[in-house]
Amino acid sequence: MKIDKNTTLKIAKLSRIKIKDDEVDELSTQLSSIVSWVEQLNEVNTDNVEPLSNVSMTKLPLRKDIENIKDNSKEVLLNAPDKLENYFAVPKVVE
Amino acid sequence: MEFITIKETAHKLKNKDISIHELYEIFIKRTNNNLDLNAYIYFNEEKIHQQLSAHSATTNLLNGIPIAIKDLFCTKSMPTTAASKILKDFQSPYESFVTQKLLNQGAIFMGKTNCDEFAMGSANTTSYFGNVINPLSSKDKPLVPGGSSGGSAAAVAAKLCLGATGTDTGGSIRQPASFCGIVGIKPTYGLCSRWGVVAFASSLDQAGIFANNVEDSALLMEGIAGYDPNDSTSANVNVPNYCQSINTDLAGKTVGIPSEYNVQGIPEEISIVWEKAIKKLESGGVKIKRISLPHTKYALPTYYIIAPAEASSNLARYDGVKYGFRSELFSSLDDMYELTRREGFGKEVKRRILIGTYVLSSGYYDAYYLKAQKVRKLIANDFENAFRECDFILTPTTPSAAFPIGDKEDDPIKMYLNDIFTVPASLAGIPGISIPFGKSNNGLPLGIQLLSKHFDEQTIFNVASFLEKNND
Amino acid sequence: MINLIKGKTSDWETIIGLEIHAQVKSNSKLFSSASTKFGSDPNSQVSLVDAAMPGMLPVINEYCIRQAVKTGLGLHAKINHYSVFDRKNYFYADLPQGYQISQYKYPIVGEGKVIIDFKDGNSKEIRIIRLHLEQDAGKSIHDQNPTKTFVDLNRSGIALMEIVSEPDLRSAEEVALYIGKIRSILMYLDTCDGNMQEGSIRADVNISVRKPGDDYGTRCEIKNLNSIKFIKQAIEYESRRQINILEDGGKIEQNTLLFNVQSGKTKPMRSKEEAHDYRYFPDPDLLPLELEDKFIKDIKEEIPELPDQRKKRYIDEFKLSNYDSSILTAEKEISDFFDLVLFTHKELRSSAKLVVNWITSELFSILNKNEINISKSPISPDYLGKLVLMITGNKISGKIAKDVFEEMFNSNKSPNDIVKERGLIQVTNTNEIELIINEILEANKDKVADYKSGKKKLLGFFVGQAMKLSQGKANPKILNDLLLEKLS
Repeated sequence: MKIDKNTTLKIAKLSRIKIKDDEVDELSTQLSSIVSWVEQLNEVNTDNVEPLSNVSMTKLPLRKDIENIKDNSKEVLLNAPDKLENYFAVPKVVE
Repeated sequence: MEFITIKETAHKLKNKDISIHELYEIFIKRTNNNLDLNAYIYFNEEKIHQQLSAHSATTNLLNGIPIAIKDLFCTKSMPTTAASKILKDFQSPYESFVTQKLLNQGAIFMGKTNCDEFAMGSANTTSYFGNVINPLSSKDKPLVPGGSSGGSAAAVAAKLCLGATGTDTGGSIRQPASFCGIVGIKPTYGLCSRWGVVAFASSLDQAGIFANNVEDSALLMEGIAGYDPNDSTSANVNVPNYCQSINTDLAGKTVGIPSEYNVQGIPEEISIVWEKAIKKLESGGVKIKRISLPHTKYALPTYYIIAPAEASSNLARYDGVKYGFRSELFSSLDDMYELTRREGFGKEVKRRILIGTYVLSSGYYDAYYLKAQKVRKLIANDFENAFRECDFILTPTTPSAAFPIGDKEDDPIKMYLNDIFTVPASLAGIPGISIPFGKSNNGLPLGIQLLSKHFDEQTIFNVASFLEKNND
Repeated sequence: MINLIKGKTSDWETIIGLEIHAQVKSNSKLFSSASTKFGSDPNSQVSLVDAAMPGMLPVINEYCIRQAVKTGLGLHAKINHYSVFDRKNYFYADLPQGYQISQYKYPIVGEGKVIIDFKDGNSKEIRIIRLHLEQDAGKSIHDQNPTKTFVDLNRSGIALMEIVSEPDLRSAEEVALYIGKIRSILMYLDTCDGNMQEGSIRADVNISVRKPGDDYGTRCEIKNLNSIKFIKQAIEYESRRQINILEDGGKIEQNTLLFNVQSGKTKPMRSKEEAHDYRYFPDPDLLPLELEDKFIKDIKEEIPELPDQRKKRYIDEFKLSNYDSSILTAEKEISDFFDLVLFTHKELRSSAKLVVNWITSELFSILNKNEINISKSPISPDYLGKLVLMITGNKISGKIAKDVFEEMFNSNKSPNDIVKERGLIQVTNTNEIELIINEILEANKDKVADYKSGKKKLLGFFVGQAMKLSQGKANPKILNDLLLEKLS
């Protein structure tokens, strides 16, 4: 199988999505079949082909260095699940 | 009185054939009678009346017109959920560029339409808020409206509004337009701003339009297109007056018919409609040219590497810290992330995030993501080459008519195949429109798709209008 | 010159490479218009883009690009005409997007170099691998609540220049000199304010040890150090730690470490299992950055005289020593001060060394005591120059000048006014001094006899007495010469 149980758990960890033990097998199977399916791209000869990362027909626009002095704290914190005095609050991180 | 098109409705309002309040009584009533379609995530009569009170008439053609907004566009006056539990209580403090444009022209928002969660899906069966039902379904056999913009398509098809916004990343406007028998257009990448549109796959997402006819779709497209300096991928081009410039004289034009779209196993009814369209164009003086888009069959797998990869990164911000749903039980920050995203995201979204993470991960990036980027280049080249030989391209929109809800759920790939004809144009960034042009054997609408060069929407409006007029 | 550490069984060499993160001096952030000011109320300088709200998109700040190019040119580095912004994906509370926009494969600046100067006059070239632009993260506050961490996103999105060196550094001293030089160059260019207390410059230190001649060993990374003092301590501790492990027969585990300021020790930051897979890919919301020759050329013309050039000018023009020139040019404000003294008083050019002494001993001393930065010095370059002119013009002695200097600091008066008011003009008139000498010698006939019979040390006594009588105003050299004459 392309994506085994350990790989599934590793990807889930990187993605910060909890997968329960009884879900791993089915998920691994599904992911494996999708990955196998997309591997048909190997049939295509892409020697000397430049990757296309953007179909935008423009050049990178540049912004002038003018600061916006508006205090957005109300809007920014409006939907915060947990906050205290204009700080976002999250479970404590121990480094 | 019938209110099918924006133009005639605007006319009637101007002539005072009907008052704006009377008009909205009709649309509100109709919406209330069709709640079972589940086309809206947010529909609130009070909000509509508030807009009507604040409304003042102008000469703008969109003024006073009822428009439905896909719940992927951030709006200040109505919640924005992206059809996900993870944003179910989100109140956006800002208005997306596209919806602000509509508001500036006096459009009235009927509500926020249902869609696949984070625009991931092609049947509108992944929404946290339940499936949308195709208005053309019979009572006993609910059909999918298509996805991801199923709610917007259903709302227009059921005449709950006169137009709707949608987003199209791999076909999410064109495919539901085909399934619901209406017009749907995805513009050139960069023509419409993505600012304020919940991002799925940044290099593919585009805002677009659903309408009852081509003229309305052109009018609405003009209404939402335009340069936005806040979107670095926005094209700084002038938006033509598509609507006024529609020219159905196609004599001397050449249409490309790509042989690779003749996929084995596609039902005959699809080919019949496609042939019908070809014949019609011929009768209008259009030259038929068989063309080749050699990498067509690789478009879907290419898409299903690139889109999930970008999505896995775009959806990393939904972490329970700044806004949105946060799980109740957790013991640490990482735990909070993992449980919040486990509970907050649906199956399809989680699957795509995992695929996306995988194809970008160390050791796999070159084999998958980089490879897909290169094949994407070849697909884009195919179109570039093709447009040297023809002015526009004609294909079927979908490989089938609308199917029953519940079908294709057992295998994700089966669902992905719905987008087989729409994905290539998304990868190349070229515009595409779907118009209803025939019926399946059991009487369901089938659409045909027109594609043109970058920023040549006018051509596809012209051809679509011609075909619409000559559809017998 | 090789810096070796003596271990139990052999000598060891420390190999160090630095990743310096310097905040770009600009009004607004790299990809949003929010302000970059330090010390504002929490989350008051956060745009919707910085908060990673749904549907928000980055737009790059042109000035930050200019600042990065300017810095690259100041580091004698190659400016890349084509560069790409990539997403570096990971989860952390102060990283709202769940990714940092950075540059991975194609940075804006390529290889460059920096020269560091040692006290003994030697110098060493430290090679720079690259410089790239990236977003800064927000701030997490862990110590205000037992179960919660608080997050302030004001800093999130500020432009950083990451400057990566080759592992050419060999000691804590070299590292300190290197950081000092980089900081100095950045401040001369005005591309970074160099304020380490405010976190404008932070460093990650990559450190390994090896026996001289061996291949590079496994390295560890000490993250987020923002003071030269702690960087030195961390390096010293970590090199010892690695040497001890290796001498005991163990292996170094590649780790990311944090330096604990209280304990003076390094500790692993994350658990061993945590793999750093950042899944870099080009940011699809941005296009590649393409720079024209003219753009780069225009910026090149804006570059002021840099520390190394200035140093060379001081050595060539003023014949200052390498050491003195290094001290002066280490901080732009110091050499600006020095330049202004000599610009205002061109006659002092031949006494440059004296000016240097006054700046580096007297001025530094009084400024340090009062915790004032030279840019805010109450004694202006003009006044300092005037004071030195009075010394070279024999108007006052060096000793008197020190008194005047102190009063200049406290009163803001010009030295000429002070000297005039207190009547401190030096006495140089030989007749006057002779009179004073005669008086002293008359009053101390016995000591004169002692001196003449061999007690030469008594000269100091006579000088002292004469000075006292003259209220310190006698020109010391003339006094000395005349005394010797009279006593012979």
